[in-house]
Amino acid sequence: MEFPGHFNYWIVIVMMMAGFYVVISQGNLVKKVVGLNIFQVSVFVFYISMGKVDGGTAPIIHPDWTTYTNPVPSVLILTAIVVGVATTALALALVVRIRRAFGTIEDDEIEAQEEAQS
Amino acid sequence: MITLGNDVILASDILNVVLLVLMLITALSLIFLRNLFAIIMMSGIFSLTAAVLYVVWDSVDVSFTEASVGAGISTVLMLATLALTAPEEKRIRQRHWASLAVVTVTGALLGYATIDMPRYGDPEAPVNKHVAPRYIYESGKEVGPPNMVTSTLAAYRGYDTLGETTVIFTAAAGVITIIGAARRRRRTSADVSKVREV
Repeated sequence: MEFPGHFNYWIVIVMMMAGFYVVISQGNLVKKVVGLNIFQVSVFVFYISMGKVDGGTAPIIHPDWTTYTNPVPSVLILTAIVVGVATTALALALVVRIRRAFGTIEDDEIEAQEEAQS
Repeated sequence: MITLGNDVILASDILNVVLLVLMLITALSLIFLRNLFAIIMMSGIFSLTAAVLYVVWDSVDVSFTEASVGAGISTVLMLATLALTAPEEKRIRQRHWASLAVVTVTGALLGYATIDMPRYGDPEAPVNKHVAPRYIYESGKEVGPPNMVTSTLAAYRGYDTLGETTVIFTAAAGVITIIGAARRRRRTSADVSKVREV
């Protein structure tokens, strides 16, 4: 059974790069955080995709089944999802704080204000 | 079940491809959107589609965490931020050829790296060897709960979970410090002006 083969990994890479592009090229800070989120979820998808086993079922012990999907990526990603939300919250708090200090969340306007001050 | 030449295509494989393409479209649409509310909703849709995909890949625990925490709490946090900041991105900026080049090169390198990887669903893949068989076949006896993810999370990898709680605590402390400090300062300056008036 060769299909889907490496298809999942390629799509994940394109999604990751879309997130990466948003982070490095867009000026709006909220949009940057969303881009980071997309990057993160793509990595989660990649991990969970690797743990799938042909003909396996969810990793819960049942007498009728002997093949289970790998529980290790699930455990790692459960931790990563929660940590991801924690970092997102911190990033958004910084955005709110920046908005209070500068009155804008566009990075070029912030830069212009900082140059005007110095 | 459909046969295509020598390959057997399962319904779950078709679902896999369709959902991944849906996620891809959502991710790419983010680049072109300007309204921040729409962008945040797209990010929520992206997370929810990922949650459905995890069910297709038999990782049900991750699925409900993604649906509640990833799609739920993240989206609410972003909407709260939106309420405190501007609703729209200022303007579409000119194409960034430099960042486009960086992204293309990185993507091409990562794509090149996947050639060596085992195919999707391979039971012989390195990721499914090493410690995984012990967690699958021994955790029922060694730890107890029928759900292997629970036993791995709480027993074999308990320190990871402890570290996770530390990270959450640190982030919460950080958020309170960043937002709370500004509010306190504003109150103090208001008090000072009141004193001056007196």
